[in-house]
Amino acid sequence: MKKTVQGNFHQVKAPLLFLLPNIIIFVIFIIIPAIQGLRMSFTEWGVFTEPTFIGLANFKELFQDKVFWKTFSNTLVFSFFTVAMLTIYSLLLALLLNKNSIKGEKICRSLFYIPSLLSMITVGIAWRFILGDEMGIINYLLSSLGGESIHWLTNGNLAMASIILVSVWAGAGYYMVILIGGLQAIPLELYEAATIDGASPAKTFLNITLPLLKSTLLVVMVLATISSFKAYELIFVMTKGGPGYATKLIVQQVYQVAFLEDRMGYASAMSILLMLLIGLVTIVQFRITGRDQDYE
Amino acid sequence: MNKQHTNRTLHYVLLLLLALGTLFPILWIFLSSFKPQSELFRVPLTLIPENWTIENYVSSIRQGNFIRYFSNTVFVAVVSTLLTVVINVMAGYALAKYIFPGRNLIFTLMIATLMIPLQVIMIPIFLQLKRLGMLNSLWGIIIPPAATPTGIFLARQYLVTLPDSLIEAARIDGAKEFYIFRKIIWQMSQPIVATIAIFSFMWRWNDFLWPLIVITDNKKQTIQQALANFVGQLQINWSELLAMTTIAIIPVIIVFLAFQRFFFSGITAGSVKG
Repeated sequence: MKKTVQGNFHQVKAPLLFLLPNIIIFVIFIIIPAIQGLRMSFTEWGVFTEPTFIGLANFKELFQDKVFWKTFSNTLVFSFFTVAMLTIYSLLLALLLNKNSIKGEKICRSLFYIPSLLSMITVGIAWRFILGDEMGIINYLLSSLGGESIHWLTNGNLAMASIILVSVWAGAGYYMVILIGGLQAIPLELYEAATIDGASPAKTFLNITLPLLKSTLLVVMVLATISSFKAYELIFVMTKGGPGYATKLIVQQVYQVAFLEDRMGYASAMSILLMLLIGLVTIVQFRITGRDQDYE
Repeated sequence: MNKQHTNRTLHYVLLLLLALGTLFPILWIFLSSFKPQSELFRVPLTLIPENWTIENYVSSIRQGNFIRYFSNTVFVAVVSTLLTVVINVMAGYALAKYIFPGRNLIFTLMIATLMIPLQVIMIPIFLQLKRLGMLNSLWGIIIPPAATPTGIFLARQYLVTLPDSLIEAARIDGAKEFYIFRKIIWQMSQPIVATIAIFSFMWRWNDFLWPLIVITDNKKQTIQQALANFVGQLQINWSELLAMTTIAIIPVIIVFLAFQRFFFSGITAGSVKG
Protein backbone atom coordinates (compact mmCIF):
# COMPACT_ATOMS: atom_id res chain seq x y z
CA MET A 1 0.00 0.00 0.00
CA LYS A 2 2.53 2.53 1.13
CA LYS A 3 5.04 3.94 -1.28
CA THR A 4 8.53 3.12 -0.14
CA VAL A 5 10.63 5.22 -2.43
CA GLN A 6 14.02 5.38 -0.76
CA GLY A 7 16.58 7.88 -1.85
CA ASN A 8 19.52 6.41 -3.69
CA PHE A 9 22.04 9.18 -3.48
CA HIS A 10 25.19 7.97 -1.85
CA GLN A 11 26.72 11.04 -0.37
CA VAL A 12 28.11 11.89 3.01
CA LYS A 13 29.02 15.54 3.03
CA ALA A 14 25.83 17.08 1.66
CA PRO A 15 23.34 15.28 3.96
CA LEU A 16 25.47 15.93 7.03
CA LEU A 17 25.59 19.61 6.16
CA PHE A 18 21.82 19.63 5.79
CA LEU A 19 21.47 17.95 9.18
CA LEU A 20 24.07 20.08 10.91
CA PRO A 21 21.92 22.94 12.28
CA ASN A 22 19.50 20.51 13.89
CA ILE A 23 22.27 18.34 15.24
CA ILE A 24 24.06 21.31 16.78
CA ILE A 25 20.90 22.48 18.52
CA PHE A 26 20.01 18.99 19.74
CA VAL A 27 23.50 18.41 21.10
CA ILE A 28 23.82 21.79 22.82
CA PHE A 29 20.29 22.10 24.14
CA ILE A 30 19.13 18.52 24.75
CA ILE A 31 21.90 15.95 24.86
CA ILE A 32 24.52 17.88 26.84
CA PRO A 33 21.91 19.21 29.31
CA ALA A 34 20.46 15.71 29.75
CA ILE A 35 23.89 14.30 30.61
CA GLN A 36 24.65 17.28 32.80
CA GLY A 37 21.31 16.85 34.57
CA LEU A 38 22.28 13.32 35.46
CA ARG A 39 25.66 14.47 36.76
CA MET A 40 24.09 17.30 38.72
CA SER A 41 21.80 14.91 40.55
CA PHE A 42 24.88 13.61 42.40
CA THR A 43 25.98 17.05 43.52
CA GLU A 44 25.06 19.85 45.82
CA TRP A 45 24.72 22.91 43.65
CA GLY A 46 23.27 26.39 43.90
CA VAL A 47 23.25 28.94 41.09
CA PHE A 48 26.17 30.91 42.45
CA THR A 49 28.12 28.15 44.15
CA GLU A 50 30.46 25.50 42.81
CA PRO A 51 29.05 21.98 42.63
CA THR A 52 30.23 19.45 45.22
CA PHE A 53 29.97 15.74 44.57
CA ILE A 54 27.86 14.11 47.26
CA GLY A 55 27.16 10.67 45.79
CA LEU A 56 23.67 9.35 46.35
CA ALA A 57 22.85 11.78 49.15
CA ASN A 58 20.24 13.63 47.08
CA PHE A 59 18.40 10.41 46.30
CA LYS A 60 18.55 9.30 49.93
CA GLU A 61 17.10 12.61 51.01
CA LEU A 62 14.49 12.33 48.28
CA PHE A 63 13.15 9.06 49.67
CA GLN A 64 12.50 10.77 53.02
CA ASP A 65 11.04 13.90 51.46
CA LYS A 66 7.32 13.90 52.26
CA VAL A 67 6.58 16.90 50.04
CA PHE A 68 8.22 15.22 47.09
CA TRP A 69 6.22 12.02 47.55
CA LYS A 70 3.05 14.06 47.84
CA THR A 71 3.83 15.69 44.47
CA PHE A 72 4.75 12.26 43.12
CA SER A 73 1.41 10.72 44.03
CA ASN A 74 -0.40 13.86 42.85
CA THR A 75 1.32 13.43 39.49
CA LEU A 76 0.19 9.81 39.25
CA VAL A 77 -3.41 10.67 40.17
CA PHE A 78 -3.53 13.64 37.81
CA SER A 79 -1.96 11.68 34.99
CA PHE A 80 -4.06 8.54 35.41
CA PHE A 81 -7.41 10.30 35.41
CA THR A 82 -6.46 12.82 32.75
CA VAL A 83 -5.24 10.14 30.33
CA ALA A 84 -8.17 7.80 30.99
CA MET A 85 -10.79 10.52 30.56
CA LEU A 86 -9.03 12.10 27.58
CA THR A 87 -8.86 8.77 25.77
CA ILE A 88 -12.50 7.91 26.40
CA TYR A 89 -13.83 11.39 25.68
CA SER A 90 -11.80 11.95 22.52
CA LEU A 91 -12.83 8.49 21.30
CA LEU A 92 -16.47 9.43 21.90
CA LEU A 93 -16.00 12.65 19.93
CA ALA A 94 -14.23 10.81 17.12
CA LEU A 95 -17.03 8.24 16.87
CA LEU A 96 -19.71 10.94 16.89
CA LEU A 97 -17.98 12.94 14.18
CA ASN A 98 -16.65 10.15 12.00
CA LYS A 99 -20.01 9.07 10.62
CA ASN A 100 -20.53 10.41 7.16
CA SER A 101 -24.22 10.73 7.93
CA ILE A 102 -23.55 13.80 10.04
CA LYS A 103 -24.08 17.01 8.18
CA GLY A 104 -21.41 19.63 8.66
CA GLU A 105 -19.02 17.18 10.30
CA LYS A 106 -16.04 19.23 9.09
CA ILE A 107 -17.28 22.35 10.84
CA CYS A 108 -18.02 20.34 13.98
CA ARG A 109 -14.51 18.92 13.91
CA SER A 110 -13.04 22.42 13.76
CA LEU A 111 -15.27 23.60 16.60
CA PHE A 112 -14.20 20.76 18.86
CA TYR A 113 -10.56 21.40 17.97
CA ILE A 114 -10.58 25.07 19.02
CA PRO A 115 -9.67 24.56 22.73
CA SER A 116 -6.49 22.76 21.60
CA LEU A 117 -5.32 25.99 19.99
CA LEU A 118 -5.20 27.92 23.24
CA SER A 119 -2.12 28.21 25.41
CA MET A 120 -2.50 26.52 28.78
CA ILE A 121 -2.05 29.94 30.38
CA THR A 122 -5.15 31.29 28.63
CA VAL A 123 -7.05 28.05 29.31
CA GLY A 124 -6.24 28.44 33.01
CA ILE A 125 -7.34 32.08 33.03
CA ALA A 126 -10.64 31.27 31.32
CA TRP A 127 -11.48 28.48 33.73
CA ARG A 128 -10.38 30.36 36.80
CA PHE A 129 -12.80 33.08 35.75
CA ILE A 130 -15.56 30.49 35.30
CA LEU A 131 -14.90 28.43 38.45
CA GLY A 132 -14.08 31.30 40.82
CA ASP A 133 -15.58 31.04 44.32
CA GLU A 134 -17.29 34.40 44.60
CA MET A 135 -17.93 35.52 41.10
CA GLY A 136 -17.61 32.53 38.80
CA ILE A 137 -20.56 31.82 36.55
CA ILE A 138 -20.84 28.19 37.65
CA ASN A 139 -21.28 29.10 41.29
CA TYR A 140 -23.62 31.90 40.24
CA LEU A 141 -25.81 29.39 38.40
CA LEU A 142 -25.68 26.95 41.32
CA SER A 143 -26.72 29.57 43.84
CA SER A 144 -29.49 30.91 41.65
CA LEU A 145 -30.83 27.36 41.47
CA GLY A 146 -30.87 27.37 45.25
CA GLY A 147 -27.67 25.39 45.74
CA GLU A 148 -24.57 26.38 47.65
CA SER A 149 -21.47 27.65 45.93
CA ILE A 150 -18.70 25.11 45.61
CA HIS A 151 -15.02 25.74 46.32
CA TRP A 152 -13.77 24.40 43.00
CA LEU A 153 -10.22 25.63 43.36
CA THR A 154 -9.82 26.02 47.12
CA ASN A 155 -10.89 22.57 48.29
CA GLY A 156 -8.09 20.02 47.82
CA ASN A 157 -9.90 17.16 46.11
CA LEU A 158 -12.14 19.43 44.08
CA ALA A 159 -9.14 21.45 42.92
CA MET A 160 -7.49 18.27 41.63
CA ALA A 161 -10.73 17.24 39.92
CA SER A 162 -11.03 20.69 38.38
CA ILE A 163 -7.57 20.72 36.83
CA ILE A 164 -8.14 17.20 35.50
CA LEU A 165 -11.43 18.19 33.87
CA VAL A 166 -9.93 21.36 32.43
CA SER A 167 -7.01 19.35 31.01
CA VAL A 168 -9.49 17.04 29.33
CA TRP A 169 -11.42 20.00 27.96
CA ALA A 170 -8.23 21.51 26.56
CA GLY A 171 -6.71 18.36 25.06
CA ALA A 172 -9.62 16.37 23.66
CA GLY A 173 -9.81 18.06 20.25
CA TYR A 174 -6.23 17.19 19.36
CA TYR A 175 -6.59 13.49 20.20
CA MET A 176 -9.99 13.42 18.49
CA VAL A 177 -8.30 14.38 15.21
CA ILE A 178 -5.75 11.56 15.59
CA LEU A 179 -8.52 9.06 16.35
CA ILE A 180 -10.66 10.17 13.40
CA GLY A 181 -7.60 9.49 11.25
CA GLY A 182 -7.42 6.00 12.77
CA LEU A 183 -11.14 5.36 12.25
CA GLN A 184 -10.97 6.39 8.63
CA ALA A 185 -8.17 3.91 8.00
CA ILE A 186 -10.52 1.01 8.87
CA PRO A 187 -11.81 -0.55 5.61
CA LEU A 188 -15.52 0.13 5.08
CA GLU A 189 -16.06 -3.42 3.74
CA LEU A 190 -15.62 -4.77 7.26
CA TYR A 191 -18.56 -2.72 8.46
CA GLU A 192 -20.63 -3.70 5.45
CA ALA A 193 -19.95 -7.36 6.13
CA ALA A 194 -20.93 -6.90 9.78
CA THR A 195 -24.19 -5.22 8.79
CA ILE A 196 -25.02 -8.08 6.43
CA ASP A 197 -24.32 -10.56 9.21
CA GLY A 198 -26.75 -8.61 11.37
CA ALA A 199 -24.22 -7.62 14.04
CA SER A 200 -25.43 -5.08 16.58
CA PRO A 201 -23.65 -1.70 16.74
CA ALA A 202 -22.16 -2.67 20.10
CA LYS A 203 -20.79 -5.92 18.67
CA THR A 204 -19.41 -4.13 15.62
CA PHE A 205 -17.67 -1.65 17.90
CA LEU A 206 -16.14 -4.35 20.11
CA ASN A 207 -15.15 -6.74 17.34
CA ILE A 208 -14.13 -4.43 14.52
CA THR A 209 -13.58 -0.84 15.59
CA LEU A 210 -11.76 -1.38 18.87
CA PRO A 211 -9.25 -4.02 17.73
CA LEU A 212 -8.40 -2.10 14.57
CA LEU A 213 -8.08 1.15 16.47
CA LYS A 214 -5.75 -0.34 19.06
CA SER A 215 -2.52 1.08 17.70
CA THR A 216 -4.00 4.57 17.30
CA LEU A 217 -5.37 4.41 20.83
CA LEU A 218 -1.90 3.47 22.04
CA VAL A 219 -0.40 6.50 20.31
CA VAL A 220 -3.05 8.69 21.91
CA MET A 221 -2.41 7.25 25.35
CA VAL A 222 1.36 7.58 25.14
CA LEU A 223 1.17 11.17 23.89
CA ALA A 224 -1.43 12.07 26.52
CA THR A 225 0.67 10.50 29.27
CA ILE A 226 3.84 12.37 28.34
CA SER A 227 1.92 15.61 28.04
CA SER A 228 0.20 15.07 31.42
CA PHE A 229 3.57 14.57 33.12
CA LYS A 230 4.65 17.92 31.69
CA ALA A 231 1.67 19.90 32.98
CA TYR A 232 2.85 23.16 34.47
CA GLU A 233 1.04 26.25 33.19
CA LEU A 234 -2.49 25.20 34.06
CA ILE A 235 -1.63 24.60 37.70
CA PHE A 236 0.51 27.74 37.81
CA VAL A 237 -2.51 29.81 36.80
CA MET A 238 -5.39 27.95 38.44
CA THR A 239 -4.19 26.79 41.85
CA LYS A 240 -0.46 27.55 42.25
CA GLY A 241 -0.23 23.96 43.45
CA GLY A 242 -2.62 24.58 46.33
CA PRO A 243 -4.53 24.51 48.48
CA GLY A 244 -1.55 23.34 50.54
CA TYR A 245 0.14 20.82 48.30
CA ALA A 246 -3.09 19.38 46.94
CA THR A 247 -2.44 20.03 43.26
CA LYS A 248 1.34 20.39 43.23
CA LEU A 249 2.96 18.11 40.65
CA ILE A 250 6.60 17.03 40.32
CA VAL A 251 7.37 19.67 37.67
CA GLN A 252 6.15 22.45 39.99
CA GLN A 253 8.27 21.08 42.82
CA VAL A 254 11.36 20.85 40.58
CA TYR A 255 10.94 24.48 39.53
CA GLN A 256 10.40 25.62 43.10
CA VAL A 257 13.38 23.74 44.57
CA ALA A 258 15.74 24.66 41.73
CA PHE A 259 14.92 28.28 41.09
CA LEU A 260 13.29 29.54 44.28
CA GLU A 261 15.12 27.48 46.91
CA ASP A 262 18.33 27.43 44.87
CA ARG A 263 19.03 23.71 45.28
CA MET A 264 19.88 22.71 41.72
CA GLY A 265 21.44 19.35 42.50
CA TYR A 266 18.54 18.17 44.62
CA ALA A 267 16.00 19.34 42.03
CA SER A 268 17.98 17.48 39.33
CA ALA A 269 17.56 14.27 41.30
CA MET A 270 13.79 14.87 41.20
CA SER A 271 13.96 15.43 37.43
CA ILE A 272 15.76 12.12 37.01
CA LEU A 273 12.96 10.32 38.85
CA LEU A 274 10.39 12.11 36.68
CA MET A 275 12.22 11.00 33.55
CA LEU A 276 12.33 7.39 34.79
CA LEU A 277 8.63 7.59 35.57
CA ILE A 278 7.81 8.81 32.04
CA GLY A 279 9.92 6.03 30.51
CA LEU A 280 8.44 3.33 32.74
CA VAL A 281 4.81 4.29 32.13
CA THR A 282 5.39 4.44 28.37
CA ILE A 283 6.93 0.96 28.35
CA VAL A 284 4.05 -0.44 30.41
CA GLN A 285 1.53 1.06 27.99
CA PHE A 286 3.26 -0.55 25.03
CA ARG A 287 3.32 -3.89 26.86
CA ILE A 288 -0.34 -3.84 27.88
CA THR A 289 -1.57 -2.91 24.45
CA GLY A 290 0.57 -5.63 22.92
CA ARG A 291 3.34 -5.27 20.41
CA ASP A 292 1.81 -7.56 17.80
CA GLN A 293 0.58 -4.52 15.91
CA ASP A 294 2.96 -2.70 13.67
CA TYR A 295 1.85 0.83 13.15
CA GLU A 296 3.18 3.22 10.64
CA MET B 1 -37.01 3.17 10.72
CA ASN B 2 -38.40 5.04 13.67
CA LYS B 3 -35.65 3.78 15.94
CA GLN B 4 -33.02 4.97 13.51
CA HIS B 5 -34.67 8.36 13.52
CA THR B 6 -34.51 8.58 17.33
CA ASN B 7 -30.89 7.46 17.27
CA ARG B 8 -30.01 10.19 14.86
CA THR B 9 -31.80 12.82 16.94
CA LEU B 10 -29.93 11.62 20.03
CA HIS B 11 -26.68 11.80 18.09
CA TYR B 12 -27.30 15.45 17.20
CA VAL B 13 -28.50 16.41 20.66
CA LEU B 14 -25.41 14.87 22.25
CA LEU B 15 -23.12 16.64 19.78
CA LEU B 16 -24.87 19.93 20.40
CA LEU B 17 -24.49 19.64 24.18
CA LEU B 18 -20.82 18.72 23.92
CA ALA B 19 -20.18 21.55 21.45
CA LEU B 20 -21.83 23.95 23.88
CA GLY B 21 -19.59 22.76 26.72
CA THR B 22 -16.55 23.05 24.45
CA LEU B 23 -17.20 26.55 23.21
CA PHE B 24 -18.97 28.19 26.13
CA PRO B 25 -15.81 29.03 28.14
CA ILE B 26 -14.25 30.81 25.17
CA LEU B 27 -17.45 32.63 24.30
CA TRP B 28 -17.93 33.64 27.94
CA ILE B 29 -14.52 35.29 28.36
CA PHE B 30 -14.82 36.88 24.92
CA LEU B 31 -18.19 38.47 25.66
CA SER B 32 -17.22 39.36 29.23
CA SER B 33 -14.18 41.25 27.97
CA PHE B 34 -16.57 43.76 26.38
CA LYS B 35 -18.47 44.44 29.62
CA PRO B 36 -17.70 47.58 31.61
CA GLN B 37 -16.03 46.84 34.95
CA SER B 38 -19.21 47.62 36.87
CA GLU B 39 -21.10 44.98 34.91
CA LEU B 40 -18.57 42.13 35.05
CA PHE B 41 -19.72 40.64 38.37
CA ARG B 42 -23.09 42.33 38.67
CA VAL B 43 -25.94 40.02 39.63
CA PRO B 44 -27.82 38.85 37.64
CA LEU B 45 -25.03 37.89 35.23
CA THR B 46 -25.89 38.28 31.58
CA LEU B 47 -24.29 36.47 28.68
CA ILE B 48 -24.43 39.46 26.34
CA PRO B 49 -22.97 42.74 27.67
CA GLU B 50 -25.67 45.31 28.34
CA ASN B 51 -23.37 48.20 27.54
CA TRP B 52 -20.71 47.13 25.08
CA THR B 53 -17.38 48.81 25.64
CA ILE B 54 -13.82 48.55 24.38
CA GLU B 55 -12.54 50.41 27.43
CA ASN B 56 -10.85 47.22 28.79
CA TYR B 57 -8.90 46.85 25.57
CA VAL B 58 -7.88 50.48 25.47
CA SER B 59 -6.68 50.51 29.08
CA SER B 60 -4.80 47.21 28.89
CA ILE B 61 -3.01 48.24 25.70
CA ARG B 62 -2.15 51.62 27.19
CA GLN B 63 -0.84 50.33 30.47
CA GLY B 64 2.73 49.24 31.05
CA ASN B 65 4.53 47.26 28.44
CA PHE B 66 1.67 45.47 26.74
CA ILE B 67 2.60 46.53 23.21
CA ARG B 68 6.16 45.51 23.90
CA TYR B 69 5.10 42.06 25.13
CA PHE B 70 2.98 41.66 22.04
CA SER B 71 5.74 42.67 19.64
CA ASN B 72 8.29 40.49 21.49
CA THR B 73 5.97 37.55 20.99
CA VAL B 74 5.41 38.33 17.30
CA PHE B 75 9.17 38.61 16.78
CA VAL B 76 9.91 35.35 18.60
CA ALA B 77 7.12 33.40 16.90
CA VAL B 78 7.93 34.64 13.39
CA VAL B 79 11.73 34.36 13.52
CA SER B 80 11.65 31.00 15.28
CA THR B 81 9.16 29.68 12.74
CA LEU B 82 11.32 30.78 9.78
CA LEU B 83 14.31 29.10 11.35
CA THR B 84 12.36 25.94 12.17
CA VAL B 85 10.96 25.57 8.68
CA VAL B 86 14.34 25.96 6.95
CA ILE B 87 16.40 23.69 9.18
CA ASN B 88 13.68 21.04 9.57
CA VAL B 89 13.02 20.72 5.85
CA MET B 90 16.79 20.54 5.25
CA ALA B 91 17.10 17.74 7.80
CA GLY B 92 14.01 15.97 6.47
CA TYR B 93 15.48 16.11 2.96
CA ALA B 94 18.81 14.65 4.08
CA LEU B 95 17.02 11.79 5.87
CA ALA B 96 14.61 11.13 3.00
CA LYS B 97 16.79 11.29 -0.07
CA TYR B 98 20.38 10.42 0.79
CA ILE B 99 22.00 7.18 1.84
CA PHE B 100 24.85 7.59 4.29
CA PRO B 101 26.23 5.72 7.26
CA GLY B 102 24.28 6.33 10.47
CA ARG B 103 21.21 7.68 8.73
CA ASN B 104 18.70 5.55 10.63
CA LEU B 105 20.50 6.08 13.91
CA ILE B 106 20.40 9.86 13.50
CA PHE B 107 16.70 9.75 12.60
CA THR B 108 15.87 7.55 15.60
CA LEU B 109 17.89 9.71 17.99
CA MET B 110 16.20 12.87 16.75
CA ILE B 111 12.74 11.40 17.27
CA ALA B 112 13.82 10.02 20.65
CA THR B 113 14.49 13.55 21.91
CA LEU B 114 10.69 13.79 22.21
CA MET B 115 11.09 11.61 25.29
CA ILE B 116 13.23 14.26 27.01
CA PRO B 117 10.86 17.18 27.46
CA LEU B 118 12.08 20.59 28.55
CA GLN B 119 10.36 20.06 31.90
CA VAL B 120 12.85 17.33 32.74
CA ILE B 121 16.01 19.23 31.77
CA MET B 122 15.07 22.79 32.60
CA ILE B 123 17.79 23.17 35.23
CA PRO B 124 20.78 22.17 33.04
CA ILE B 125 19.21 24.11 30.13
CA PHE B 126 19.12 27.19 32.30
CA LEU B 127 22.81 26.75 33.17
CA GLN B 128 23.69 26.08 29.53
CA LEU B 129 21.98 29.28 28.38
CA LYS B 130 23.67 31.17 31.17
CA ARG B 131 27.05 29.86 30.04
CA LEU B 132 26.31 30.88 26.44
CA GLY B 133 25.18 34.33 27.53
CA MET B 134 21.70 33.76 26.14
CA LEU B 135 19.74 34.46 29.32
CA ASN B 136 17.46 37.46 28.98
CA SER B 137 17.88 37.43 25.23
CA LEU B 138 15.03 36.72 22.86
CA TRP B 139 17.45 34.47 20.94
CA GLY B 140 17.42 32.19 23.97
CA ILE B 141 13.76 31.40 23.31
CA ILE B 142 14.12 31.44 19.51
CA ILE B 143 17.06 29.13 18.78
CA PRO B 144 16.86 26.18 21.23
CA PRO B 145 13.25 25.16 20.48
CA ALA B 146 13.67 25.72 16.71
CA ALA B 147 14.89 22.19 16.04
CA THR B 148 11.68 20.22 16.47
CA PRO B 149 11.61 16.42 16.10
CA THR B 150 8.01 16.70 14.90
CA GLY B 151 8.97 19.04 12.07
CA ILE B 152 11.83 16.79 10.96
CA PHE B 153 9.51 13.78 11.03
CA LEU B 154 6.79 15.51 8.99
CA ALA B 155 9.30 16.84 6.45
CA ARG B 156 10.95 13.45 6.02
CA GLN B 157 7.65 11.60 5.59
CA TYR B 158 6.58 14.10 2.95
CA LEU B 159 9.84 14.27 1.00
CA VAL B 160 10.24 10.49 0.83
CA THR B 161 7.27 10.42 -1.55
CA LEU B 162 8.82 12.87 -4.05
CA PRO B 163 10.25 11.15 -7.16
CA ASP B 164 14.03 10.72 -7.25
CA SER B 165 14.16 11.32 -10.99
CA LEU B 166 13.89 15.09 -10.60
CA ILE B 167 16.95 15.22 -8.41
CA GLU B 168 18.84 12.86 -10.70
CA ALA B 169 18.04 14.96 -13.74
CA ALA B 170 19.24 18.14 -12.04
CA ARG B 171 22.42 16.42 -10.98
CA ILE B 172 23.13 15.22 -14.50
CA ASP B 173 22.77 18.84 -15.58
CA GLY B 174 25.58 19.57 -13.15
CA ALA B 175 23.57 21.23 -10.36
CA LYS B 176 25.19 21.40 -6.93
CA GLU B 177 23.49 19.71 -3.95
CA PHE B 178 22.50 22.92 -2.19
CA TYR B 179 21.26 24.43 -5.44
CA ILE B 180 19.01 21.38 -5.94
CA PHE B 181 17.62 21.85 -2.44
CA ARG B 182 16.98 25.54 -2.91
CA LYS B 183 15.55 25.45 -6.43
CA ILE B 184 13.73 22.11 -6.60
CA ILE B 185 13.11 20.56 -3.21
CA TRP B 186 12.12 23.78 -1.47
CA GLN B 187 9.60 24.61 -4.22
CA MET B 188 8.07 21.17 -4.00
CA SER B 189 7.89 21.19 -0.20
CA GLN B 190 5.40 24.03 0.04
CA PRO B 191 2.51 21.98 1.57
CA ILE B 192 4.71 20.56 4.32
CA VAL B 193 6.41 23.92 4.84
CA ALA B 194 2.97 25.40 5.47
CA THR B 195 2.07 22.64 7.94
CA ILE B 196 5.30 22.95 9.92
CA ALA B 197 5.13 26.75 9.87
CA ILE B 198 1.61 26.81 11.28
CA PHE B 199 2.39 24.41 14.11
CA SER B 200 5.64 26.14 14.92
CA PHE B 201 3.93 29.53 15.06
CA MET B 202 1.31 28.16 17.41
CA TRP B 203 3.83 26.45 19.68
CA ARG B 204 6.02 29.52 19.96
CA TRP B 205 3.10 31.89 20.40
CA ASN B 206 1.67 29.77 23.23
CA ASP B 207 4.99 28.93 24.82
CA PHE B 208 5.39 29.73 28.49
CA LEU B 209 8.06 27.49 30.00
CA TRP B 210 10.94 28.53 27.70
CA PRO B 211 10.37 32.24 28.34
CA LEU B 212 9.88 31.53 32.05
CA ILE B 213 13.34 29.93 32.26
CA VAL B 214 15.18 32.30 29.92
CA ILE B 215 13.66 35.74 30.45
CA THR B 216 13.56 37.63 33.72
CA ASP B 217 13.95 41.15 32.32
CA ASN B 218 10.45 42.59 32.31
CA LYS B 219 10.95 44.37 28.98
CA LYS B 220 11.82 41.14 27.16
CA GLN B 221 8.86 39.10 28.32
CA THR B 222 6.28 37.50 26.08
CA ILE B 223 2.53 37.83 26.15
CA GLN B 224 2.01 34.50 27.95
CA GLN B 225 4.41 35.62 30.68
CA ALA B 226 2.59 38.92 30.94
CA LEU B 227 -0.69 37.09 31.40
CA ALA B 228 0.82 34.81 34.04
CA ASN B 229 2.22 37.81 35.93
CA PHE B 230 -1.17 39.48 35.79
CA VAL B 231 -2.87 36.41 37.28
CA GLY B 232 -0.23 36.26 40.01
CA GLN B 233 -1.30 39.58 41.50
CA LEU B 234 -3.36 39.59 44.67
CA GLN B 235 -6.04 41.82 43.25
CA ILE B 236 -6.73 40.72 39.71
CA ASN B 237 -8.27 43.28 37.41
CA TRP B 238 -10.41 40.77 35.57
CA SER B 239 -11.78 43.19 33.01
CA GLU B 240 -8.31 44.01 31.72
CA LEU B 241 -7.11 40.42 32.09
CA LEU B 242 -9.95 39.10 29.94
CA ALA B 243 -9.25 41.70 27.26
CA MET B 244 -5.54 40.77 27.25
CA THR B 245 -6.41 37.07 27.13
CA THR B 246 -8.66 37.65 24.14
CA ILE B 247 -5.87 39.54 22.36
CA ALA B 248 -3.50 36.63 23.10
CA ILE B 249 -5.96 34.09 21.69
CA ILE B 250 -6.96 35.88 18.46
CA PRO B 251 -3.74 35.36 16.40
CA VAL B 252 -3.82 31.55 16.75
CA ILE B 253 -7.53 31.41 15.98
CA ILE B 254 -6.95 33.47 12.81
CA VAL B 255 -4.07 31.22 11.73
CA PHE B 256 -6.25 28.18 12.42
CA LEU B 257 -9.26 29.43 10.47
CA ALA B 258 -7.07 30.37 7.51
CA PHE B 259 -5.13 27.09 7.35
CA GLN B 260 -7.45 24.44 8.81
CA ARG B 261 -6.65 21.70 6.34
CA PHE B 262 -2.92 21.91 7.09
CA PHE B 263 -3.66 21.51 10.80
CA PHE B 264 -5.60 18.29 10.44
CA SER B 265 -3.33 16.68 7.84
CA GLY B 266 -0.33 17.58 10.00
CA ILE B 267 -1.75 16.01 13.15
CA THR B 268 -2.81 12.84 11.38
CA ALA B 269 0.54 12.46 9.63
CA GLY B 270 2.66 13.31 12.63
CA SER B 271 0.61 12.18 15.62
CA VAL B 272 3.32 13.84 17.61
CA LYS B 273 3.60 17.06 19.52
CA GLY B 274 6.84 18.92 20.08
